Amino acid sequence: MDGTMPDTGIRIEAAALARLMPMHLCLSADGMVTGCGPTLGKLLDGQVPLGKCFFALFEVRRPAGVGDLAALVSRAGQRLHVQLRAKPGTGFRGVAVPLVAGEGVLINLSFGISVADAVRDHALTDADFAPTDLAMELLYLVEAKTAVMKELRDLNRRLEGAKTAAEEQALTDMLTGLRNRRALDLALAQVIVRGTAFGLMHMDLDYFKAVNDTLGHAAGDHVLREVARVLRAQTRGGDTVARVGGDEFVIVLPGLVEAGALGAIAGRIIAQLDQPMTFEGQFCRISASIGMTVSTAYDPVRPDRMLSDADEALYEAKRAGRGRAVFRSVG
Amino acid sequence: MHGLVNRSIQVFLRDTYGAALWTDVAQTAGLGFDNFEAMLSYDDRLTDAVIGAAARLLDRPREAVLEDLGTFLVSHPNLESLRRLLRFGGVTFVDFLHSLDDLPGRGRLALADLDLPLLELQGEATDRFTLACRAPLPGIGHVIVGLLRAMADDYGALVLLEHEGSGLAGEVVSIHLLESQFAAGRRFDLAVRAG
Repeated sequence: MDGTMPDTGIRIEAAALARLMPMHLCLSADGMVTGCGPTLGKLLDGQVPLGKCFFALFEVRRPAGVGDLAALVSRAGQRLHVQLRAKPGTGFRGVAVPLVAGEGVLINLSFGISVADAVRDHALTDADFAPTDLAMELLYLVEAKTAVMKELRDLNRRLEGAKTAAEEQALTDMLTGLRNRRALDLALAQVIVRGTAFGLMHMDLDYFKAVNDTLGHAAGDHVLREVARVLRAQTRGGDTVARVGGDEFVIVLPGLVEAGALGAIAGRIIAQLDQPMTFEGQFCRISASIGMTVSTAYDPVRPDRMLSDADEALYEAKRAGRGRAVFRSVG
Repeated sequence: MHGLVNRSIQVFLRDTYGAALWTDVAQTAGLGFDNFEAMLSYDDRLTDAVIGAAARLLDRPREAVLEDLGTFLVSHPNLESLRRLLRFGGVTFVDFLHSLDDLPGRGRLALADLDLPLLELQGEATDRFTLACRAPLPGIGHVIVGLLRAMADDYGALVLLEHEGSGLAGEVVSIHLLESQFAAGRRFDLAVRAG
């Protein structure tokens, strides 16, 4: 576009122009509508605005200051943002070009990205668009995208469900890497089915709440990981060490039923945990109390009984002043 | 093959013959899982194994199962979106036929890794065409026959369709358009329904 008027032009039938540009407007030299594309006519509720002033029907929102035909001609070839004064929500993109010999202006409009809304609001069909228009492809994409997003959302939901199920079935305590309550139950069931005699320890940390309260949860988590390290170091590969509550641990020791041997292990664990730990330069002091029992004291061997007896022994240890191990009192 | 294709086959078998049959098919085909995920990709051999297992368990020719699959894909309410996406191809059935060349391109617009069958329409006459179909799935032509039959119904067109066997360009389907506006056809609104 160099702004100069060509002195020759093409002539085209109104019907052919309507097919090429179903949303065009022809304006006379004084800005009156002399022709209107059929799709645009639909948007105007079938009232073809022949003889009406373009600027009374439409507002050119951008570029600013286009309020008469001279301004429109001076913007020839530029992208225009136009809206119907009667329907302020309806935005169009447009371009205006002058007709030959000062016979007026031809404006072509399109919906731009609001095409999907326009199609719904005005019940437009394929025939309302020029065959070259990519409106169909845009509508197709909107719909394809919606369908794909739905599939992805469904997939995410299923994966989320699978993740929850996997977590429920997991056997590891995420924080310490020890076994969890579920794994403990499985390990107990296994040694009982095999008929292996075993020792059981129930350990509870002393003063752990104070560490959490004064130094924060990060320090508490650090302490729990340190405790796990000590428990792993002081037990054998075949033993099951489980964290079963915030600061509660249960150890299953297959083949170990002699009170002296169990007491020695418990003593080493307590001695180790009595050593102060540091977290970010701060000392964290805890200790541990342990209750113990052995499967040979039961017939039949019932894990729930053993756990509750070990728990009772644990509280006896706490009452006796903490930082010690107590064997289940017989009877 | 894309999970979307495999998932559609699963939905077809499950909705047409029941969940128990699908479970048997998944087992016979040796999938190693219960459900295809639409947004994942699978080995092409699994798709073939599923069709083979379905044909054996249903005691029906493989070709018939594939053709029913094609019809199901565009006529079942559960897969309404696929019918709509195909209807965007054209206002008339002939328009639609000519849009089939664009099918893989349209598929990729929706999902970059979706490889739909390569379809090539030929025919000088206005009522007789041949369509060459190429895809990793042997028997794809039968799927297309079923799909075109359902789409013709959708447009209200009366057509004769025949699988003509395989040529160099792939499996060949002949299309004889007897009447383009035989029945009213189904309504097609461009706008997406609310929801």
